Amino acid sequence: MGMDRREFLKLSAASVGAATVAGQASAQSLLDRIPNPFAPMPPQWFDGDVETVYSYCENCFWKCGIEVKVAGGKVRKVDGYATNPKSRGMLCPRGQGAPTQTYDPDRLKRPLIRVEGTERGDGQYREASWDEALDYIAEKMFAIRDEHGPESVAWFGHGSGDKWFASYLPGAWGSPNAAKPSVSLCTGPRETASQYTFGRGISGHEQIDWSETNYIVLIGHHIGEDTHNTQLQDFALALKRGAKLVVADPRFSTAAAKANDWLPVKPGTDTALLLAWMHVLVTEELYDAAYVEQYTLGFDRLVEHVQPYTPEWAAEITEIPADTIRRIAREMAEHAPRAVIPVSRHVVWYGNDTQRNRALYLVNVLLGNYGKPGGYYFCDAPGVDAYPAPDLPLAPSSGGCGGSTTDVEADSPFRDSVDRGLFYGSATAVQEMIPPMLTGEPYPIKGLFSYGVNLFHSIPKVDYTKEALKQLDLYVAIDVLPMEHVMWADVILPEATYLERYDDLLLQSYKTPFIAGRFPAIEAMYDTKPGWWIAKELGEKLGLGEYFPWEDMEDYLDTRLRTIGSDLEELRQQGTIVRRGRPYFADYERFNRNPLGTPSGKIEIYSERFADAGFDPMPTYEPTEQPPAGSYRLLYGRSPVHTFARTHNNAVLMDQHGENEVWIATKEAERLGVANGDYVYLENDAGVREGPVKAAVTERIRHDCVYIVHGFGHKAPLMRLANGRGASDTALQSSYTLDPISGGAGLRNNFVRVVADAPNPNHPPIKDLVADRSPV
Amino acid sequence: MTRYAMSIDLSACVGCSACSVACTMENDVPVGNHRLWIRNTTVGTFPNLTVEFRPEQCLHCENPPCVPVCPTGCCYVTDDGIVDIDEHQCIACGACIAACPYDARSMHPDGYVTKCNFCRHRLEEGKLPACVETCPTLCRSFGDLDDPNSAVSIAIREADRVDVLRPEQGTGPNLYYLNAPSSFGLTSNIWDVKHEEGAH
Repeated sequence: MGMDRREFLKLSAASVGAATVAGQASAQSLLDRIPNPFAPMPPQWFDGDVETVYSYCENCFWKCGIEVKVAGGKVRKVDGYATNPKSRGMLCPRGQGAPTQTYDPDRLKRPLIRVEGTERGDGQYREASWDEALDYIAEKMFAIRDEHGPESVAWFGHGSGDKWFASYLPGAWGSPNAAKPSVSLCTGPRETASQYTFGRGISGHEQIDWSETNYIVLIGHHIGEDTHNTQLQDFALALKRGAKLVVADPRFSTAAAKANDWLPVKPGTDTALLLAWMHVLVTEELYDAAYVEQYTLGFDRLVEHVQPYTPEWAAEITEIPADTIRRIAREMAEHAPRAVIPVSRHVVWYGNDTQRNRALYLVNVLLGNYGKPGGYYFCDAPGVDAYPAPDLPLAPSSGGCGGSTTDVEADSPFRDSVDRGLFYGSATAVQEMIPPMLTGEPYPIKGLFSYGVNLFHSIPKVDYTKEALKQLDLYVAIDVLPMEHVMWADVILPEATYLERYDDLLLQSYKTPFIAGRFPAIEAMYDTKPGWWIAKELGEKLGLGEYFPWEDMEDYLDTRLRTIGSDLEELRQQGTIVRRGRPYFADYERFNRNPLGTPSGKIEIYSERFADAGFDPMPTYEPTEQPPAGSYRLLYGRSPVHTFARTHNNAVLMDQHGENEVWIATKEAERLGVANGDYVYLENDAGVREGPVKAAVTERIRHDCVYIVHGFGHKAPLMRLANGRGASDTALQSSYTLDPISGGAGLRNNFVRVVADAPNPNHPPIKDLVADRSPV
Repeated sequence: MTRYAMSIDLSACVGCSACSVACTMENDVPVGNHRLWIRNTTVGTFPNLTVEFRPEQCLHCENPPCVPVCPTGCCYVTDDGIVDIDEHQCIACGACIAACPYDARSMHPDGYVTKCNFCRHRLEEGKLPACVETCPTLCRSFGDLDDPNSAVSIAIREADRVDVLRPEQGTGPNLYYLNAPSSFGLTSNIWDVKHEEGAH
């Protein structure tokens, strides 16, 4: 690389100069750098015995099956596991680099209790034993329950162990205020839209039949930038097969770089584009009439509904030429049903997101692809019975990427969640759990558990969240790294990493559903514990031991696996057990079954239930707020080497991508006096300033928005690689637009100014930081 | 004779760096050194753009300029065409680093030169190089160029376009870039169109 060469030339120039001027010194320094030619090179890790342990990855939530290679008691490498349907022997950069986190010297190492008399956020802690830390938590929880009821403890969770902290323990304890950011800050609207259209969720992992499709239309999809492993494999193979690709995005994304057509759509207008496509398909009679007749309800109303949405109408709004809109619709129809508009993952954009996703599904329905090869397939999770234990007093309410959950029943002794009634959907919305901490309405939240949820890098209105945290009687963080929000907690519980622990079975909905196990490859380092152990110990201290009747995780897993005729040892040997799927309508119709779960048993183009609830029964276009003069819409996305805000202290991954950059259109940058590589600040109307962040002056983005990769801009001094690098999009999200249907928090109606001439922070290279990090 | 070669299909590569990180982990490459990296280049102006994601590493040249300049003979070519380094004998003089037109070599902090060797230790076990095995876009092919049925031979044969880096150097690279996204070929060979590097 360029840098290495420059360094070498500098070095060699110095030694040549020194050799002639001050021979002795330079000879010594040269000798220092020559290894003894007779000394053997130290053996490489792969020279000796290498043990393989099966597991699944935790560095993002694709959860690829992996082979963990252990040599000399240390994990040296992970490879994709060929048998696992979500890996097929390959792995993304995050998966490859994930073991570095286990050996991160900045890890949380033992339980910590905030020093008496200090404020949350001061970061003053004393070490504690697990027993003391859990007793401390239990005592505070009992006090909250006595004064306010069990519902006043909220539980946030994200990650493989979130079952324990966002579902199981809250259910045993009796709090419906359990939430996952993966719902209302991510996939909630698409799941709600899918439930009300098809009577099924999207199942967490987009059920797109990439391997059979011939025409793909992506709308704001970050494939290639999110590196969801097998999705990317399927995408690449589809293109290799000659599938056509259209990408609508305000930014020339990685996917756009592979596209036959790039539609640089005006941000916030995607629904207009989708409605115009419906208009063309309907008015030109290009839709799949037989499919519509057989599977759908309300098509005649749609015919009328889409009449005004001409391509000319949409062209004004989207800034995509009418001819192009018309041509794409016709091409989709030519390739149907093997033409698909995949739903994307993070869909909380503008607040009208359930309706946008409904519109997206309806285009697919007109193409006749839902439940057909080349469109959307059906998937179900493999069934494995629960460990025999008493029923939880309260059904878990946090939902998950996969779908929504139920209300508290009328005769239940528990109160409904604090966000009940704020929106139509039934899964909890994590951001709506914050205001009751400050307002006490409808009732106070006084306790909070955060398992793997980065409160300050996922929930908008960060300053508001910080004020809310100050009002709590108890705040517990369970995590691996000393993230900023972790260092606000009263009690910090350090979790063992994915390589050091068992977790519950991964029961994966997929085209080929499968069961994967996570087996510890090494013993837990320091005084860290697995999530399941923490939950069980705490449960027992809370008097909830009857809900945790298993001896340990081996007993728990073995008992569950025996319900399907397998056992723990078999899974340990196999890693993954693959089942046959039922991907298409034909797989159900053969047995006279209907995979659609709507009340009508049909795909509901017209939603009576939405009409009854006062929502548009068919999607309409609602204009989104536009940036004021001098401001840009803040768009954000993914880096292929990072996940959320989780991987920014991983030396190997930070060495690949060590700070984010703000993309600014070339012409705008010229106007602002910003050159490529300059540092700038981003500033919003609420007075939040982020940066300095490096400017990427580029042709790859529209003039009316700027873009940064999510997850940078950590303000966590104990994370010595992450701290202070780049800008945080979450910090700049001082508002959100609530989707009244799903409870999703639309995050893309935030606008920023670009302030030129920020000082260059002169970030040292990651390798220098790594060298300076002595273990703590 | 075996003549190892690799091809990278640029129409598939998304520049995700899985190859680079896999290389780092497999070969215990220290943070700050890279045997394999991604160059990401945009050509054109809005909205007529091409982005090329191009992984770069040692090209295992037929005529490697790095080998003859080595004073100790530690830079050598194996019988199967891999350009490798005997780290024992490297005196860290850096002559090979200066000679390589592709910046493929770098100084290991322990005082020897390091670079891609097609994961020779894996080849000996019948495995593919770590970068090839892990790539989620399946853009890499590897094998024996003398075997017409090897994956790399087939990939090159079926490609619409084949390029090598800096052909004017006469190095004879054994790393082939297939299906470059620009109709002009590799962006490094294009001079009259607007270029930008990076942006991620």
